Parts: sequence; C-alpha cells; structure tokens
Amino acid sequence: MPDLKFRARFPLLTLIVERLLLSLMLLLAVSVLIFGGVEALPGDFASTYLGQSATPQAIANISAELGLDKPVVSRYFSWLGGALQGDFGTSWASRNSVSEQVGRRLGNSLFLAGFAAVIAVPLAIGLGMLSVHFRNRMPDKIINVISLAAISLPEFFIGYLLILYFAVNFGIATFPATVYESMGLLERLKAIALPTATLVLVVLAHMMRMTRAAILSVMSSAYMETAELKGLSAGRAIIKHAAPNALAPIINVVALNLAYLVVGVVVVEVVFVYPGMGQYMVDAVTVRDMPVVQACGLIFAAVYILLNMLADILAIVANPRLRHPR
Amino acid sequence: MPELLSIRNLKIEATSYPPGEPPKRITIVDDVSLDLQKGKVLGLIGESGAGKSTIGLSALAYGRGGADITGGQVLLTGTDILTLGKGGIRKLRGARVCYVAQSAAAAFNPAHRLGDQVIEASVKHGLMSKEEARKRALYLFGVLGLPSPETFGDRFPHQVSGGQLQRAMTAMALCPNPELIVFDEPTTALDVTTQIDVLAAIKHAIEETHTAALYITHDLAVVAQISDDIMVLRHGKMVEYGSVQQIIEAPREDYTRALVNVRQAMRQEAPDQSQALLKIDNVSAQYSNGFKVLHDVSLHLCKGQTLAIVGESGSGKSTLARVITGLLPPSQGQITFEGKPLTSALKNRSRDELRRIQLIYQMADTAMNPRQTVRDIIGRPLTFYDGLRGATKTARVKELLEQIEMSNGFIDRYPAELSGGQKQRVAIARALAARPELILCDEPTSALDPLVAEGILKLLMKLQAEQQLSYVFITHDIAIVRAIADCVAVMHRGRLVRFGPKSQALSPPFDDYTDLLLKSVPEMQLGWLERVLTTRRMASAGN
Amino acid sequence: MRARDIPITAWIGMFGILLAVFCALFAPFIAPYGETEVVGGVWQEADAQFFFGLDNLGRDILSRLIYGARTTLLVALAATVISFSLGIILSFIAAVSGGMIDTVFSRFNDLMMSIPTLIFALVVLAVLPQHLIVLILVMAILDSTRVYRLGRAVALDVAVMEFVEAARLRGEGTGWIIFREILPNTLSPLLAEFGLRFAFAILFLSTLSFLGLGIQPPTADWGGMVKDNKDGIIFGIAAALVPGSAIAGLAICVNLVVDWLLRRTSSLKGGRGDA
Repeated sequence: MPDLKFRARFPLLTLIVERLLLSLMLLLAVSVLIFGGVEALPGDFASTYLGQSATPQAIANISAELGLDKPVVSRYFSWLGGALQGDFGTSWASRNSVSEQVGRRLGNSLFLAGFAAVIAVPLAIGLGMLSVHFRNRMPDKIINVISLAAISLPEFFIGYLLILYFAVNFGIATFPATVYESMGLLERLKAIALPTATLVLVVLAHMMRMTRAAILSVMSSAYMETAELKGLSAGRAIIKHAAPNALAPIINVVALNLAYLVVGVVVVEVVFVYPGMGQYMVDAVTVRDMPVVQACGLIFAAVYILLNMLADILAIVANPRLRHPR
Repeated sequence: MPELLSIRNLKIEATSYPPGEPPKRITIVDDVSLDLQKGKVLGLIGESGAGKSTIGLSALAYGRGGADITGGQVLLTGTDILTLGKGGIRKLRGARVCYVAQSAAAAFNPAHRLGDQVIEASVKHGLMSKEEARKRALYLFGVLGLPSPETFGDRFPHQVSGGQLQRAMTAMALCPNPELIVFDEPTTALDVTTQIDVLAAIKHAIEETHTAALYITHDLAVVAQISDDIMVLRHGKMVEYGSVQQIIEAPREDYTRALVNVRQAMRQEAPDQSQALLKIDNVSAQYSNGFKVLHDVSLHLCKGQTLAIVGESGSGKSTLARVITGLLPPSQGQITFEGKPLTSALKNRSRDELRRIQLIYQMADTAMNPRQTVRDIIGRPLTFYDGLRGATKTARVKELLEQIEMSNGFIDRYPAELSGGQKQRVAIARALAARPELILCDEPTSALDPLVAEGILKLLMKLQAEQQLSYVFITHDIAIVRAIADCVAVMHRGRLVRFGPKSQALSPPFDDYTDLLLKSVPEMQLGWLERVLTTRRMASAGN
Repeated sequence: MRARDIPITAWIGMFGILLAVFCALFAPFIAPYGETEVVGGVWQEADAQFFFGLDNLGRDILSRLIYGARTTLLVALAATVISFSLGIILSFIAAVSGGMIDTVFSRFNDLMMSIPTLIFALVVLAVLPQHLIVLILVMAILDSTRVYRLGRAVALDVAVMEFVEAARLRGEGTGWIIFREILPNTLSPLLAEFGLRFAFAILFLSTLSFLGLGIQPPTADWGGMVKDNKDGIIFGIAAALVPGSAIAGLAICVNLVVDWLLRRTSSLKGGRGDA
C-alpha cells in the first residue's frame, strides 16, 4: 500500500494535509448549511422584499428578477461558483455589488481585529506568565478575580463605558470610529483606539486564563522536576525545558482567541459605528438582505475555520513526537 | 572520615487536602536515621506510603508535592545540606547527588535529544566541557549496554523503548560523576525480562564508577541483588536496618519476616480431569483495525481448579480474558463452557451465561462506581440476577461480607472510604454475589502491597475450597503462579508457548521463552543476579 | 460540605443570582412604576423619585430593570435548559453507543461548531420570524453544540472506566449505564457547565437584543434597554450603562459560583484545583 508508506514516512505532512482537506470539506459543508439553511427556512423573501406593496404579479416579477424561481440546487452552484470568484451577487436593499462592499469592509475589520491582536497577544501571555509565577499568591488571585469579571462583561458594555469616559467626559478619544480610504495610518489608529481597547479587554481575560492553564500543566510535568533535580537555574529550566513544550498549547490558545476576536468584531463595530463586515452584516440581517447575509456569514465562517485550522496545524508542527518520527 | 551520606532523625511533613475537610498536617517520615559509605548501596524498601521516595529525595534537599523537611539533618560528607540555601543546593543537585526516576518516559523532556539531556547537568555545572561530557556519555551508554552508543544520544525520548530510557536516565545520573545516586524504583514499570537487563546494567555501572547509591523499591528480591545494606520502612518509620545478608537470611522483625516469606505455596496441585469446565479451541482474535492479538490459542480448565495465565505486557493474556467475557469476540475458534459452546459476543449472551462467568479487575479503584455504597455494589448482582430485594438482599450482602472477612459496618461505606485491599475484597464479593462457576482474575493483586496481596490470595484459595470455584488467574508474577495454580499457560506475543499442569509446565525441559521468563524473575536469595548472568554468559559462549 | 467552606466569592455570586430571581418573581410588586409607563421627560436625571432616572421615552429605568430581569432570566434559563437537555442526551447516547451513531452525531456537531455562534444566529434570525419561541430555540440549539462537546468528553471519561465495563458484563441495559453508572459521576462538571452556559446565554441574549434581533420592544429586557438608550451616551447620559451593569453583574455572579463549583470538582477528583 503506497498510501500507508507515505503516512509512515511523513506522518507530519500527512497530518497537515489531512487537516487541510478537513477544513476544505468543512467549508464546503458550511456553505451548504448557510445557503441551504436560508433557503429551507420558512419565510417568503419576495413578499418580505416588497413589504406592504406585494401583489401576486409583483412577487412573481421580483422572484424572476432575483432568480428565486430557479431550482435550489442550480442556484446553490451558481452562488458558490460566484463566491469562489469573489462575486457575491447584488444586494437586495441597495442594488449594489456585495463584493465591492465586502472588499472594503473586510479590510477594515481585519485591520481592527489585527491591531487588537497585536496588543492583546503579548499582554495576555505576559499576564499568564506573571500569574503562574505568583501562583496562588496575591497577584495571581487578583488577576484571577479580575479576569473572571472581565469574561462576564458584554462587549457593548465595555464599549459604551469607554466611550462615556474617554470620548465624552475626557474627550481624549474619538467617537464614532469613522475611517475612510484616504486616511493616514496614524489617524486611522487614533480613530480605532477605543474599539481596539474594547476588543483587547474582551479577549484578554480568556486568553490569559487559557495561557495560565497551559503553562501550569507544563510546569507540573515530571521533566520539570528532573530539571530542578539537575540543579539547573530557574531561568534555564523555563527557557530550555518549559518553553519548547509550552509553545504548542500557547499557540493553540492564541489562534483560538483570534478566531473569537473575529466574532467579537461584530458587536464592537455596531457600538462604534465602524464601517466593517460586522456592521454590514447586522444591518443586512435587520432588513433581511439575503445575498449580503449569506456572503458575510460565509466569510466570517471561512476566517474562523481558517484560524482554527492554523491553530491545529501549528500544534501539530510544534509536537516533537510528530516532527521526529520513530 | 565522615560517612558520605548520613541522615539524622529526619522528619518530613506535608499538608493533605482531604475532600470536604479542612487541610491537615500529616507526618510522612518520622525519626529516620541512616548511614551510607562511599561506593556502597543502601536499599530502602517498603510498601506504598512508607516514605521511602521522600527519604531518597531528601538527599537532594527536595520535597515533592509540598512535602517539607521539618526536622533532622542530612549530612553529605559532614555538611548539612538542608542549611545550604538555594544556591548551595542547586550546586549539589545534578553534580554531587543525582536522581533516577521511576518513569523515565515522563522524566525526560520530549522536546530535546537524549544526548543533550544526559550531558546537560555536567556541562552546566562546569564539571566538564561539552566534548568531555559527550565522550563520557558515550562510555556510559556502552557500560549500560545501550544499542549503538555512538548514535543513541541523537534520538528523542519517544524514539527508544522503556528499558532503554531507564538506562539512559541512569547514564544521565552517572554522567557528572556524582558521589551519590538516588534510584527511585527504576525497574518497577518494566517487564521482568527487561528488568533483569536494566538491573544488571545498573549494578555493573555502579561497580564500574564507584558511585554510592540509595536504591528505593518495594521488591525485596530486587534490592537483595544490588544492595550492601537494607532499611525496611513502614508508615514513615524504620522497621529494621541491617546488612543484606542479615535481612534476607535472619530477619529480626515480624514485618520483615513476612516480606521475606511472602507467597509460599498455598495449594496442592489437583489432577487434570477429563471433564473440562472451560475449553478454548484454536481461538484467534483481532482488534477492529485488523491488528491480530491472539493466535490460535487452545487450553482448558477443570472445575474447581485454577488456571494461571502468565506473560508480560503485550503477551495477550488480558485479551484472552476479554475474549472469554465476550468483550472481544474471537475471529476464529470456539470456546466451550460446561460442555456447551459459549455465545461469542457479549450482547448476545443470556443473563444466565453472563452470571456464570465473573471478572475481577486489577484496579479495584476504577472497577467500582465511586458513587455507590458497598451495599449497592454487592447488592446489584443479587437484584439483577436473582431478583433479591429489601431485607433478603441486605441479609445476603451481609453474608457475602462475612465471606470476604469484612464486618457488617462496611455496608454503607463508599469505595473511597476503603483501603486498597478492602476494595479488592468488595470486588470479590460482587463477583461471588452472582454465584459464578468461573471467576476471571485479571492481575487482582499486582497493584497491592505484598502483604495485602497475600491476604487476597489466601481469601481466593479459601473461597475456592469452600465453593468449588474455578479461577482463570492472569498474572505476570511467577511466584503467584507457583503458589496457587493447578495448570499454567505461558503466553508470549499473542501465542500460547506452554500449557500444562503446574508441575510439568514449570519444570524442564523448557522452551526458550519460558526459560528466559523463569530465569528473569528475581529470587529472594543473595547472588541470584550473578548466577543468572554467569549462566547466560556461559550459554552464549557455548553457542 | 459546611457553609463556612464556601468561599466568600461564591456567597456573593449566590446572593446576586437570588436577587435577580427575586426581582423576576415579584416584579409587579416591587417595581415602583409600570413596565411601559411613561412617567416623565426623556432621559430625566436620577433623583429620589426615580432611582436610576428615566429612559429615552421617559420610562422609569429601575422599573424596567426589574421587569427586564423577568424576560432576561426566563429566556436565558429556558434556552439553557433546552440546550442542556438536548446536548447531554445526545452526547451521552453518542458516548455510550459509540460506532456509527457517535461518528454521525460528532461530525455534525463539528460542522455546527465550525460556524461562530453569533454569525450562525444572525444568519438564522435573518430568515426566521421574530418570535420569542423562535429566539429561545435558536439560542438553545446553537448552544447545545457546546454542551454536546463537553458532555461527550465527560461521559467518555467515565464510560471507559472499568465499573462501566463491569456493568456491561453484568448485562445491564443502556438506560442503567447512562443514569446509574455514568450520570452520578459526571454531575459536578455538568453542574458547573450548566452555570457556564447560563452565563453565556445571558450575555448572548443581551447581545442579540442589543443588535435588535432578540427581545422585541416594548417588552423590557436588559440588552434591549442598552440599545434603546445608547444614543444618550454621546450626550454624557449613562442610562445605557445601568442595564449593561445589570447584565455584567449577573454574569459575574453566575461565573463566581461556577468557579467555585469547578474548583470543588477538581479537588474531588484529587487533582490540583487551580490548574
């Protein structure tokens, strides 16, 4: 069996390829779920679309115009085919190209989430390490209680709290967070300071708690005792013996939280009236603008699946057992 | 000149956190003193909880899991290492005193190559250059009999076998040329045929390097091969301390005597009868992934007798029990029980078929539902098979408790409130409650301390005599086989290599594997290891 | 288990939850004004008469907060109970049966979980009619995927234990194995998970209401109240923060109790409680 041989010779590569294929299949299934789910659920779009003025003739016309009279399967494939080429059809509400809007807003959203990640990741890992260092002592307990409280705060509450204090009372930040094409980087960063802070606060506690747990489980392993009984200094034990093993779980934690961040963007964008994907989608949902909802849903899911896949692949690569097969 | 290591009135305490109760201080080691001279080996022996590992680690001024050294002195060449302070202790660990853990598989860092880990302490303590350390590691790999020493250090921990890892850990301890090594049950997790090699390698390496050692184990026969002196410990206190010869040949204390004399013959071999209770014909079995675990096994067991199935891990002995219970239906062959073919799959068996064959597990801890009382555990088979309820059921549970020599007071206890031996007794009572004809015992004593195990074996023998029970007794321990079996089956890599009445099966002429197995089991006599190694060398020279 | 062994944080949590439940149960008796009653000017400042002031339509915020506890708790609780029952039943069946059933259930669950919950909810709510029952069911079904994953892991942990095998060997049926052997040994982690899911349901419901997709006006609910009053923020009016604090406070209280339950569970297992 050539397949078995390949697996035996390159277990790492095999696992990664498997994970890639799994993600692809998942993405395909998600597209079916999003498209099919929307189609199968009750609700007549044509009449929703026309609202009060729906006469049978108007409904028939609009159905034909939107392509709703064609069979579901053929509509799915033409939708998927279009989506693969970056064409998500036309918005029902604005009659504009969905892709055009998505293109601009996706960049804005990723910029916001990315900036938040740049701040949150090192902060969370640092606090996690601090917490482990002071394990079960006062700083650890304080961090624990605060982070427990922080994961209980809804994003919009943090957002408005920050707006009230920093934008309204002190006037040192801007609201709403408007950005436009020609904006310089510095200006842009200033505009998104508050939404970034909100996202960081939201994701920080989660990431920190998970980092702490990941480090603790490495620190309590038998090989750390070995390092101590070898008389190694604490610094060397941590850098040489703990770090290589803690890397994989921490990478995993980070990637999982980045995925979480992508979703957190939705609410934060609405709070700060930030022109990103999240706000676009929420607006579309309120007016039942199906092409936009489907496009946004698919893109959010794709980013989420991608990040989860990345987490898994990095964890596979960081595992010495798989990197150095028998 | 002072002793190399001298422990004076050592007292070690720890805080325990019993669930639902306030934390309390417990004494793990109480007033223990010992002396060890340069180049000598002292064996610390005792049951689990005797405090032997804790004493061993005190030689590195280390308390595991919140254990605190609260009294006494640990003198290393006259200096109390407990007073050295952090830096002083660090200079000592991995340089003058080294440690070999029970599970080398967990003690090695999975992310680094073995060679780098072996020389790390020597280099970091500035004892030798990297080159010198590598050379010494190479030499030690050779002394310890590791395969291809030149490249062994390039491997990662998960790339070598358990026995090799244990030897690599010994090399790691020996590398900085320490004055003292603490061996903490280095062979306990290994199979007997591997254990003898590792034991021989350790003994050879100690002699070669003139290092002193504390050798911690629960197996008196093992420590007798390697030590000069032995200290027997129980519940954190010293029981007896003397030379190997004195402890083995003329023990003074009752407890030591019991340890030495454990597992004398308990049963006269019964004659083979023509009518078999259980008959296994040409049975093969495989996992759902197609991996074959049993190859063409045929054996039988007569009513009222004990069939011991002996083998190492991976021999298929437990799988055979799973095949008999129906958990893993055979892919080929036939099992006959009381003259009738036994339904192969568990889910197709009738309730009566299930009742007749009962199983006792190795770990009584996990074999009993922690949320059920003794009454529920023993009572459920009574209700399930015989429909007993209420007062009749309670009366029968009490009767069964009496049979396993436990008082009625245990009836409303939970498993967590019982000792290891008591748990295994309750597991036996649960099996008895079904009024079985055959009980499969899957290493029921191997997780227990020797004296407790002895009690369980005696109980099983008593019940067999009273109730005409038949046992299939799965074990890796030849001493138990000798003590209780009527018939013996030896298994190796999924095949039956030997089967017959005990007197024949355990007498020469042997097949190669049985010979190796029997010769690998440590015997409670001085010089056993040397004798075995000599015969081996002669045999290999003869070839 | 004695009262003094329960940490102070857990007491605070329990007190907060009880307070919310009390408000929900006796809302008509303790609320000073009606749920939709306009009693004064828009965003009138807090004073002795109106403890938290008035909202964007001139309704009493305190009264709406008390009535809102009703809606928020009821919907969150209903969603959690349904999600929990669904998740646990399916996951235990999967864990005990194994084989095909387990594979099919688990793969489908993976698929459901590969879409972020909020995004999934947005897509579904865009299509479905806006109705309380629909909202509860959507929340419950989406959340049950998380319960399923934990339930299966916990049940598998126990299902591989030898006492379960012993029960199988005795010939016990699936019902006995699930309810008598596995369930009693999984209660603690499941109870903690229930709390966690409940806290999440409160936050999730509030988020949906805030986005205008949850509870529909004029029914008072905490997330919706934030939405109603959010425009006041720019003028320095903190009316939106009052219901926001209520949501945060309740979620914190639930999490404090859960945290204690989790520690208790791990100490029961004999493991380190802080890992």
